[in-house]
Amino acid sequence: MKKSPALVFRLYVAGNAPNSVRARSNFAEIAKERFGGDYTLEEVDVLKNPAQALLDHILVTPTLIRLEPSPSRRVIGNLSERDTVLDALGI
Amino acid sequence: MKTSTGKSLSHSLAKLPTGIPGLDEILRGGLPRERNTVVVGGAGCGKTILALQTLVNGAREFNEPGIFIAFEENSKQIIGNAATFGWDLPELQKRKLFFLDARLTPEVIKTGGFDFSALLAIAGAKAKELGAKRIVFDSIDILLALLDDPSAERQELFSLYHWLLESGMTGILTAKDDPLLPVETGHTNHMQFMSDCVIRLDHSLSNRTSLRNLWVMKYRGSSFSENAVPMSIGDNGLELSHSLSAGQQVPASKIRVSSGVARLDTMLGGGYFQGSSILITGAPGTSKSTLSAAFAEAACKRGERALYISFDESASELIRNFSSVGIRLQPQITSGKLRIHSIQADGCSAKQHYETIHGLLKSFKPSSLVIDPLTALIKSGGEEIAQSITERLMRLSKSLGITTVNTSLLNSADEQESTPIQISTIADTWIHLTYQVRAGERNRALTIVKSRGTRHSNQIRELMLSEKGITLSDTYAAEGEVLMGTMRWQKEQAEVADEELAQCEIERKRIELETTTLELESRLKMLQQEIKVKKAEQQLLLRTEQSRKTLSANYLKSLLRKRDAEAAQSDTLKK
Repeated sequence: MKKSPALVFRLYVAGNAPNSVRARSNFAEIAKERFGGDYTLEEVDVLKNPAQALLDHILVTPTLIRLEPSPSRRVIGNLSERDTVLDALGI
Repeated sequence: MKTSTGKSLSHSLAKLPTGIPGLDEILRGGLPRERNTVVVGGAGCGKTILALQTLVNGAREFNEPGIFIAFEENSKQIIGNAATFGWDLPELQKRKLFFLDARLTPEVIKTGGFDFSALLAIAGAKAKELGAKRIVFDSIDILLALLDDPSAERQELFSLYHWLLESGMTGILTAKDDPLLPVETGHTNHMQFMSDCVIRLDHSLSNRTSLRNLWVMKYRGSSFSENAVPMSIGDNGLELSHSLSAGQQVPASKIRVSSGVARLDTMLGGGYFQGSSILITGAPGTSKSTLSAAFAEAACKRGERALYISFDESASELIRNFSSVGIRLQPQITSGKLRIHSIQADGCSAKQHYETIHGLLKSFKPSSLVIDPLTALIKSGGEEIAQSITERLMRLSKSLGITTVNTSLLNSADEQESTPIQISTIADTWIHLTYQVRAGERNRALTIVKSRGTRHSNQIRELMLSEKGITLSDTYAAEGEVLMGTMRWQKEQAEVADEELAQCEIERKRIELETTTLELESRLKMLQQEIKVKKAEQQLLLRTEQSRKTLSANYLKSLLRKRDAEAAQSDTLKK
């Protein structure tokens, strides 16, 4: 992330666990519909990178964090409840 | 991950020692290794301590690193709590313990289904790093409650169990169980099905005293103690009153020590066994204390040390009271052989009393101990706690080889011989003192209810106190009743009179017989004399006859010679 775009997200997933797969596609849908292409998404696979999960205090997957704009916001779950997602992320 | 034991799960069950005093004995060695154990119970009953203590002991004593995942408290709180037990977690944390603060913020927003893969991934990575053998989830119900969906909860629980088995670690899951919820609806029910070992803890109040119990409900593939065991939270963590099992006790002694009453020693076949516990029960004033003091004094007189724990009676009162019955304790105190420790029963909890006595036993090192009355402990707590404490006391003194005399006050002078605390089952010797009321008198009676390893007298004895001390005397049974006191005295007097009569009669008979004998003897002598006389007469007769014959023969010869008459010879011969 050199020059921060308006929206920066990080999605923590557990490999191809059903909820993680669903979260990926749900996020893509929301992003496409709401942000156009103007956002950054970083994906962290906790199975491959547990140290990062520990560092960020991630206990459940999937977890989505909005890093920018600050303050950061966090939701858990597969993002299927769209209204809750939008509301929580302040979009 | 494979553990150092390298055993496959299907093989005979390996055990993982918890190191908690008493628990491993109940579990016949420990928790099921590489399996999972669930510890259930209400709030504040010691689940977290049990889990943490197992982890700390693993790291300290068995070189088995561990992981603690806390869903409720943060690591700081846990470290702080542990410090009160003297567990230096910061030191252990460097190499052998890892705490994962897994509290989930309550305001976390859920947007659909999720799982705990991240948590398990972190735990798995740390386990690998430390070589962890033990893992605790405290408490799992908090984690599951987050899912808020019964089927998802079951699914996640299943995943967790699967992960645990794969990890090769031994899992301890704590779970609160809500007594208000029916069992079927709680997570714990499902968890108990899936777990190999289920330990239930409970904590209640009885007469304002805290009461803790541990109960192993289930242990797949292993035997275990099925009864609930009293548990306490001591200075070093959990301990079970079970902690001194028979195996740890000193071998039973064959040496007898005096009870302080010679006749009682005889009844017991030589005295109490050294290191045994004796229970003296009785109503107030049946001289339980006096009997105990006699025992203490006897120990001191043998040159041993005795400790007398008196509840609610001061040392000076005791010394004065006992001196009136010939038990002089002051010289023994002066010489340092006897210590009387007076305790206000309701001043402290039963647990604190236990600690006090424990401390005294360790510092004073007596060979004999008197606790008078043991039932005072009830005042400082409920019956159940008192029982657990008394059991511990008896086991403690037994393990130290101390002969202990405990008195137990019975509220009424009931004849049922029931003792409020069921210590009678632990006591090796049980002496019961009663009053026998008859003919307007109260007399003290002593019975040996039981005495392990001894062929004891089963007769009731009358116990009498005098300035010379305690004496036991035979009782009389008349018409099926035991006679004591004046009645016994009367009976005794009557018997003395009877005895005298009998004696006279015998004397008379003896003289009569003697006379007869003498008479017979003298008659015998007279007869013998008579025989002699008769024999002499006989002899005389014989001799007279002979001499007469000789004479007459000679006369004839000389006559014939004179007459020269041969023919006449025939006449003489015919004659």
